Formats: sequence, structure tokens, C-alpha cells
Amino acid sequence: MAAVLDQAKPESTTFAAPIVRITALRKSYGTNEVLKGIDLDVKRGEVIAIIGKSGSGKSTLLRCINGLEVFQEGSLTVDSKPLLHESAMAMRELRQRVGMIFQSFNLFPHLTVGKNVMLAPTLVKKRGSMEAASQARKLLDRVGLAEKFDAMPDQLSGGQQQRVAIARALAMEPAVLLCDEITSALDPELVGEVLRVVESLADEGMTLLMVTHEMSFARKVSDRVIFMHQGRVHEMGPPAELFGNPQTAELKQFLSSLHD
Amino acid sequence: MNIEFDFYAVLSEWPLLLRGVAWTVGLTAIGTVLGMIVGTFCAWARAGGPVWLRAIVGTYVELIRNTPFIVQLFFIFFGLPAAGVKLSPEVASVIAMVLNLGAYSTEIIRAGIEATPKGQIEAAVSLALSKAQVFLRVVLPPALKKVWPAMVSQIVIVMLGSAVCGQISTEELSYAANLIQSRNFRAFEAFIVATLIYLALSVALRRLLDWAGPKFFFGR
Amino acid sequence: MSDFSLWDILRNLLMALRWTVVLSLIAFIGGGLVGGLLLFLRLRGGRIAGKAVGLYVQLFQGTPLLMQLFLAYFGIALFGVDVSAWTAASVALTLYTSAFLTEIWRGCVASIPKGQWEASGSLALSFGEQMRHVILPQAVKIAIAPTVGFLVQVIKGTALASVIGFVELTKAGSMISNATFQPFVVFSCVALLYFVLCFPVSLYAKNLERKTHGRRA
Repeated sequence: MAAVLDQAKPESTTFAAPIVRITALRKSYGTNEVLKGIDLDVKRGEVIAIIGKSGSGKSTLLRCINGLEVFQEGSLTVDSKPLLHESAMAMRELRQRVGMIFQSFNLFPHLTVGKNVMLAPTLVKKRGSMEAASQARKLLDRVGLAEKFDAMPDQLSGGQQQRVAIARALAMEPAVLLCDEITSALDPELVGEVLRVVESLADEGMTLLMVTHEMSFARKVSDRVIFMHQGRVHEMGPPAELFGNPQTAELKQFLSSLHD
Repeated sequence: MNIEFDFYAVLSEWPLLLRGVAWTVGLTAIGTVLGMIVGTFCAWARAGGPVWLRAIVGTYVELIRNTPFIVQLFFIFFGLPAAGVKLSPEVASVIAMVLNLGAYSTEIIRAGIEATPKGQIEAAVSLALSKAQVFLRVVLPPALKKVWPAMVSQIVIVMLGSAVCGQISTEELSYAANLIQSRNFRAFEAFIVATLIYLALSVALRRLLDWAGPKFFFGR
Repeated sequence: MSDFSLWDILRNLLMALRWTVVLSLIAFIGGGLVGGLLLFLRLRGGRIAGKAVGLYVQLFQGTPLLMQLFLAYFGIALFGVDVSAWTAASVALTLYTSAFLTEIWRGCVASIPKGQWEASGSLALSFGEQMRHVILPQAVKIAIAPTVGFLVQVIKGTALASVIGFVELTKAGSMISNATFQPFVVFSCVALLYFVLCFPVSLYAKNLERKTHGRRA
């Protein structure tokens, strides 16, 4: 059963308010409507897995949350602040609170691993380079890559690059982390090391929205699973229910196709 | 200070301009066809011919690519007569353009040839095609298709470069413009008109080649 | 028939070669500065600026350099300014170079994968910070080889300045050829001197190209 937050309490701590609130979101590419009215509330510390066929709008929805995609109708609020595409200042603020990890890592090839992690805090949060460096080392240690501080991205394996990408996003101390199929481009034996890091983030209470094909991982780690189909939230619920007792024919078909 | 333009004086000489355009187009057409033939042969030689041939072609290509076209033209028209070969301005212009395009297209086509997947050649040879057939029918068409944008750009460059041929009295467009301005002293207007015609020619040439390439050389 | 030795010819040509080099440098550096400015305008200035620069590039790439030289020479004279061959050639070649360089550089910036923009944007970097710290460092590396390669085109382009009376290598060649009645020898020397100037630059550019594309698979 979906857990939607009750807004009746007036002075309830903002802690209880949804960290991401999406209302009636619609997005089209030209005449092709890819998101047909999405309503979603994400609690602080919640881990949500978004699954569905390709073309169902999963990645598009994720990319709307940090403004990489522009939506035409509806509203999107992060930490009680609405998303305003035209205001560069507002977008900058938003992206300090929402981090993203990409399927193709997108590390900066001309910078060392350490500099990759340090760049944004230095420029945006105006952190001193000594402070930024020690923070970077801590984060790289956390993802298990402390010794790679001075390495160049092209010397790392895919799994290592993705872990650096996670450290880089964490350096901005975001409240929400968006993961867009972060293991889909990895060789199978490298997937585990990345998922372990993500799981530890979930355990520490990070709010996570993950588009993923790793069903067993989603089942294990997420609080809620959303199944998207043709631009709409088709089914939503705790993993045990969604995977164990799918209600709609589309979800049943999707789940069975995974076993082929 | 009042600048007065008199474009009518230039445009009224449209027969001269038209003649110039005809010459420019003609020179370009012949230069392109022969130049591409030279380029194809040299590309084949450089990609897989005997070592001595490769050296000759290599020297030719690097000489042309590292010297200005106007110098090549002057050498052929002014220099060769002293060595016994006297040519008319038109023939000298064509030869210069053919040699010029030949050198540049050698490199362009060679890049296309060398990108041919080995499997293609092996398959063709296994089907008992002769070496010439393998080259002309299996290797060359996809190679040309791949490098066609670069080839089109180079042909346009040669067409624009033909303006220099007016310096040895070939009666192409820039010569016509020069003639007009020497008569009515409307230099700026004459050259603006000629420049705009060249611009139109380069756009038209590009369109024509984009259509002609698939139609005649590499299909679909 | 004449008593001009090969050395006489070469000596005079070498003196004119100086001016070829000077004009090439003026055009290349000046063109680089203008081209850089145009690139900045194109990236920053919205759709109209982008289209204007695009048109500028099309004009210079779609018309003969010879015409551009004539237009500079006769065009500047229209304003009553006393125009020397130096001025006209410098202006024309600088603008010509700027158009080609700005287009080369634009291509380099465009070739940076979109993911770099998305990743740096997601880290809350502003447009200026993205350009300065992520995009331009990568674009510059890619741009060095074709930029050096274009220097060869500039050097060859200076030869056309001879047509508006600028005394560089080609003009000197014509004059010496008329004086000595040895056009074959003279123009062979002229070609050789251009070759000696251009070939090393071409080789260097090819070397840079190999390094840029060989480093990362």
C-alpha cells in the first residue's frame, strides 16, 4: 500500500514533510507525451526503486527531479522549495541538495580521481582546498578507493569509476541521491561492489531514488518499489508485495519477462 | 563623406559575368572528374601499391599540399615553357586544378579505403573476384560514401580556388569581375557581385554533390 | 642569357620570405583572438548571436580568399582611408582565419560528450564554471592539432596577397622571374621555400593528431 504523507499537522517538524513532492507532473517530447501525470511523495530517508520497461519514462522522471529534463505541467518540490527552471540560482540551489549518479559514470577525464571529487565543493561551496581534499579522501575511503586519490579515471575499472562517481556526488552532501541505472553499463562481476556502497548509503538513512534492473537488490534494499508503465505509475508498494503479489497484468508480464 | 554605389554598371555587364560563371563551372567540372580519378589511383597506390610507387605518390601529395595553389599554377603556366612545355591559360588551369584536387583527394579517399573492414575484402576474394573488381566494386563505394562530406568540402575549396586562374588570363568569374572594374572603375561593386555569385555557386555545388554522390558513386 | 646565379635568386626570395612569415603570424594570432571572441559570443549569446556567427563563418568559407582580399583592398579605400597592401592583406587574412578557427573550435567544444555537461551541471556548477573547469580543458586538448594544421592554410593563403601588390614570397617570385627570364628555376625555388615552411608544420600537426587520438581508446 502506498504511503502518502498526511499534511494535516500544521507545525509538525519539517522532518516529517516529504522531501520530494511531485504533483500531476506531465512531460512531452514534442507531441510525444512520456510522463502522463505523476504523483509521488518521497519521505526523508526513504529508498525507492523505480522499475519498468524501457520507454516507460523511468529515467525521464528521475531527470526531471534535478532539472536535467524540463516538464510542462505539474509541480515538483524538493525540501519544500519548488523547482523553477528559469532561475539559474534556484537550479544551483536545487542541485546542491539533489545529487545524481549516471549510467555512464561521466567522470571528468582530465582530472585525477581526487580532483573529480573535490571540484564541486571547491567551486560551489567555496571550500578551501585543504578541507576539500581531506573530505575527498574520507569519501574515497568510504567507497573503498582511498589509494586511488591521485589516479586518473581511465586507469580505473568501470566499477571503480562508478564508486568514484558516488563519492563525487556525496561530496556535495546532498539530501537526495538519484541513481539512473548505475550498474547497467558494468560487467557483471563489477556490479556487486557498487551495490554494496549503495546499500551502505541506504543503511545510513540517505534518501535514494533508483532506476534499476537489479530486482533482487531492489527487493532487498528498498522501502517502496514503483512500477512505471507508459508514462504512469502503474503499481506502487513495498517490495515484498509488489514482487510477491503483482496486481496488474502489465506488472505480471514484466516480472515474468525478467526470468527469460 | 558620401559613398555612392553603382551596381547597375556592374550588373549590366551580365553577359561577361555569365561567361565567367560558365568557365568557372566548366573548369570545376573537368577538374573534379579528372582529379577524382587521379586521387583514386593514387589512393590505391598509397594504400597497397609497390614501395617505389608509394614513394612517388607520397612526394607528389606532400608537395601539392604544402605549397600554395597559385604557385603551382604559376609554375605550370610560367615555369614549364622555359623547360619546353608551353600551355594555354585554360589548359594550364585545368592541369593545376586536377593535380591539386588529385593530391587532396588521395588522402581523403585513402582514409576511406583504409577503413574498409578486412572481412569485406576476404569475402570478395573468396568469391573469386579479381583484384580490380574487389577494389572497384567492394572497397571503393563504401569508402567514398564514408568520406563523401570531406570530398565535397574539398571540391568546393577547389572551385573557390579557381578564382586564382584569372591571374593567368583564364576567363573565369574573377577575371570577368576584374575586366568589368577596369572598364567602369566600380571595383567594390564588381567584386561584391562576383563574391555573391561565388557564394551561390558554392551552395549549389554542395547540394549538387550531395545528390550526385549517392546517385553515381555509392548508391543509397 | 642572364647572369643571375641561383644564389642571387634565392637570396632575394629569402628576403621576401620574411614578409610571408610576418603576415602569417599576424593573421594566425589576430585570427585566433577574433575567433576566440566569436566562439565566446556564440556560446553565450543566445540564438541570434549563434546565427550571426554561423553566417559569418559561411561567408568566409563559401567565397574565394582572392575575392576577400580584393574586397578588403577596395572596400577599405571606399572610406577614404589610404589603404596599403599590408593593411588590406592583414585585415582580410585575419578575418578569414578567424572564421575557420572559430568553426574548428566550435566543433571541438561540441564533441565533448553531453554527459560531461550533465554531470557537472548536476554538481551545481554554473555555466561559467562548467566551461572553465570541465569543458574547455578537454576541448583545448582536442583543438590543438587542427589549429596547428590550419596554420599551414594561413601560410599558403598569404601567397594570394601578392595579387593585391603585397610583396611576399610569391610576388617576389613573379618579379624576379620577369627580371631574370628564368621562371622555371624561380618558381621551383618559390615552391621549395613554401614547402620548407609548411611541411614541418604539417608533420607536427599530424603528430599531435596521433597523440590526441591515440591516448584514449
